[in-house]
Amino acid sequence: MKLKKLSACLSTAFALAATTMFGASAQAQVSGDVIKIGFITDLSGLYADIDGPAGAEAIKMAVAEMGGAVGGKKVEVLVADHQNKADVAAAKAREWFDTQGVDMLIGGTNSGTGLAMAKVAQEKKKLFISVGAATSALTNEQCSPYTVHYAYDTTALAKGTGNAVVKAGGKSWYFLTADYAFGSQLQNDTSAVVKAAGGTIVGSVRHPLSASDFSSFLLQAQSSKAQILGLANAGGDTINSIKAANEFGITKTMKLAGLLMFINDVHSLGLKATQGMYLTDSWYWNRDPESRAWSRKFFEKIKRMPSSLQAADYSAALQYLSAVKAIGSDDSEKVLAQMKKTKINDIYAKGGWIRDDGSMIHDMYLMQVKSPDKSTEPWDYYTVAETFKGEAAWTTKAETKCATWK
Amino acid sequence: MSTAAADSNLARYSQWALYAGFAILLAAPFIGLYPVFMMTALCFAIFACAFNLLLGFTGLLSFGHAAYLGAAAYATGWLVKEAHLTPELGVLAGTLVAGLCGLVIGLIAIRRQGIYFAMVTLAMAQMIYFVFLQAPFTGGEDGLQGVPRGKLFGVLSLADDRVLYYVVLAVFVAVFLFIIRIVHSPYGQVLKAIRENEPRAISLGYDVDRYKLLAFVLSTMLAGLAGSLKTVVVGFATLSDAHWSLSGEVVLMTLLGGMGTFAGPVIGAFTIIGLQNFLADQVGSWINVIIGVIFVVCVVAFRRGFVGELRAWQLRRKKS
Amino acid sequence: MEIFGIPIQAFMGQLMLGLVNGSFYAMLSLGLAVIFGLLGIVNFAHGALYMIGAYVAWIGMEKFGISYWVSLVLAPLVVGAIGVAIERTLLKHLYKIDPIYGLLLTFGLALIAEGVFRDQFGVSGQSYSVPEALAGATNLGFMVLPNYRAWVVFASLAVCLGTWFVIERTRLGAYLRAGTENPALVQAFGINVPVMVMLTYGAGAGLAALAGVLAAPVIQITPLMGSNLIIVVFAVVVIGGMGSILGSILTGLALGLIEGLTKVFYPEASSIVVFVIMAIVLMIRPAGLFGKEK
Repeated sequence: MKLKKLSACLSTAFALAATTMFGASAQAQVSGDVIKIGFITDLSGLYADIDGPAGAEAIKMAVAEMGGAVGGKKVEVLVADHQNKADVAAAKAREWFDTQGVDMLIGGTNSGTGLAMAKVAQEKKKLFISVGAATSALTNEQCSPYTVHYAYDTTALAKGTGNAVVKAGGKSWYFLTADYAFGSQLQNDTSAVVKAAGGTIVGSVRHPLSASDFSSFLLQAQSSKAQILGLANAGGDTINSIKAANEFGITKTMKLAGLLMFINDVHSLGLKATQGMYLTDSWYWNRDPESRAWSRKFFEKIKRMPSSLQAADYSAALQYLSAVKAIGSDDSEKVLAQMKKTKINDIYAKGGWIRDDGSMIHDMYLMQVKSPDKSTEPWDYYTVAETFKGEAAWTTKAETKCATWK
Repeated sequence: MSTAAADSNLARYSQWALYAGFAILLAAPFIGLYPVFMMTALCFAIFACAFNLLLGFTGLLSFGHAAYLGAAAYATGWLVKEAHLTPELGVLAGTLVAGLCGLVIGLIAIRRQGIYFAMVTLAMAQMIYFVFLQAPFTGGEDGLQGVPRGKLFGVLSLADDRVLYYVVLAVFVAVFLFIIRIVHSPYGQVLKAIRENEPRAISLGYDVDRYKLLAFVLSTMLAGLAGSLKTVVVGFATLSDAHWSLSGEVVLMTLLGGMGTFAGPVIGAFTIIGLQNFLADQVGSWINVIIGVIFVVCVVAFRRGFVGELRAWQLRRKKS
Repeated sequence: MEIFGIPIQAFMGQLMLGLVNGSFYAMLSLGLAVIFGLLGIVNFAHGALYMIGAYVAWIGMEKFGISYWVSLVLAPLVVGAIGVAIERTLLKHLYKIDPIYGLLLTFGLALIAEGVFRDQFGVSGQSYSVPEALAGATNLGFMVLPNYRAWVVFASLAVCLGTWFVIERTRLGAYLRAGTENPALVQAFGINVPVMVMLTYGAGAGLAALAGVLAAPVIQITPLMGSNLIIVVFAVVVIGGMGSILGSILTGLALGLIEGLTKVFYPEASSIVVFVIMAIVLMIRPAGLFGKEK
């Protein structure tokens, strides 16, 4: 009798314990007296270098600069890895908003996850600043009053690199495209720019994200006989495409156009393999004395120079906290209104401002990779070929597909 | 104590524990458990129960069961989002789609027995995964996003997590009771006979392939139900829903909880989903290692799973 | 010059790639068949062992400067030892029970291996450079043949045929085959069956690792490279049937070629063509093309 009761109690206790233990982490916590910034990005995959853990460090640098607290409330940064899965990103964002009282979400790399997080933020009426994701859909078809697209987008990349390459003589294009939101959008935007500039699109091939073997795709590209191989991919995929293209001798008959490249990619491949390539970016560590100073601080911690995304992570966090300080509230709508009123002047952007479609308008730079003999110090990789001032690189009102920006 | 008395004590105790567990589930949103987590766990509990019907009660290892969850998830997702179906119709459609996939693959896989059956189901599931990867309507790597929750039967809005929770709980209870019903029916007895000794069942004149195929289709339909529900809950259908790692996880849930028991898969599902939710932030990639270790430990030393071991321990105590 | 509208360069290039993939299918399905034949275990960890072989080569190069040629011998030995350890500690408990447990155990082992390597090296690939002696390409006129890939095909064929020879034509192979049929009787004749079984698993693991080293310069070395491959290899094994060694080799090569051809004409289907063929074979000849129904 005793034994039966004991075992019954034990097993029920176990069931209770199991469910409450695992669900307990889900207790609703009101963030009344803590300002929580959430950061969800690719921490371990093909985009880990260009944003990743170093991006989280950049955000923490911004928090430290504000003294770790704003208006008496402590500032806390939560970091999560979405592993390049949109459902993981969305689930984590939802959980953070529902149970952790996160006030603002910064979105890292991968456009699929960026779009998913933007939707969750819109549903929960919280501010979402997308830094790492490229897709221009965030400020067009999927624009939302709660989304700020901070660093760059596929339109800017297309207008920058696309035009430059066509002007330099690359008229016929073949695309090697990462098969998800980012790749398709970048291919579309670039195709439009190339055609408008008088070029032709010969064809394209899609490769899975984080592909292990590009040889088969490159063979297809080679048989197209186009002049330019447009790489509509990023991070590890771009590095591997360029390596494989060199191995297969594709570079003898076609020129490579890296439509999205970061300084980490150039560092990984080396100047010999990338010299002369054009790329469009929003920031360069060596741009001016202020950016240099901040980058040295970053270098001391991380042992590499920051990419534009990491600098943008810092800037976004800094601007958010400044706005919270200015109005004394962390209510998303009020903070966003304040941020839209304020010009952004920090090491990342000079005279930047947030437009009604959510784009953060700032200068973009067309840069060219230096040849090895021109590089004077480690990470000195670029010369600035052209500056797109103000709204020049971004979607115009005439082109926009955002329903609420008229 | 006689075995008969021991058995009746066992039965009473099991009922007691079941009621207690159900009470917790019923009260969940009000005792501070996050509804979205609970709903996700319940969906995977349905998935594990469906899988257990096939493995625990019929003795068939379908190593690619995630394909049906994924197929239903995409079907429901698309129908609710693009064709504006109400959620219950979407879920029903998803369940039927999964059953259809189950029928086709079952017909192919049933040609081999034992371990080959497992390999064939895995390979076919992988094929379905690649189809989903390429097909335009699934959204590929980005998945099918923004599936609205809609209004149940056109009247009851499911936007509130708590309302949806009770709907999901109701479906779960229905599935749970349905499986108990099947297992205790004459059909279920034949399945048990097939699991114990297939050649003898054949010699007794049963069309074993027919029984196995029906069990397979039933199991895939219920797996589809789990996937459809999950899509309504999280608003998403992605490639992860059809990936082979999920196929492996459901095996683990069933094994860990207790193959061939009723509550086992439920406990296994909650444990694994809870572990993933709780530990993912702390340990990152090591979660896969942990799952792998649990697998190895279960196969070598814990084959009966929680409920199975508990029962065996009970019986040993009774006898002494 | 064109074949069916495709420039011959591209056509032969894809066929070459297909042949390379086919060599890996052949080597891995061979290992799987041998292990299944003697141990009755479907070794899901085969893909992970292949992956570990590639990483051993890479770590050897990066940390110790070990050359590719040494790795070709070293990696199989290291992974073979791991295989022996796995057999001795874990697998031997499973021989008397339902074969699904063997599949599940090796599945768990694969997850562990992948998780550990993923934690250490991340998901993005590592590069392994082609050894000097095999770098570059030879112009055959109708196509440019990358030297390294030609070597891969040649080496795998040599290894596969060597294994076939050992199993079918030598005394050791005879013991192995007898041990599959009737272990008790073979034991009664004085052959140490448990040791034979242990060494067989080790040899299978070594074979997988060898494939991994061969693959290292060709594809990105990632922790996940084995799992995606192993499922295709399962399909190859079902198509070929696990009765015949030569059958596994031929089926692997043939399927690699068919995959390559599909990439030329209908690239979208290339990832599923092997599975479709498996479905068709199952409907027509359930025991597999070369299989003997047990």
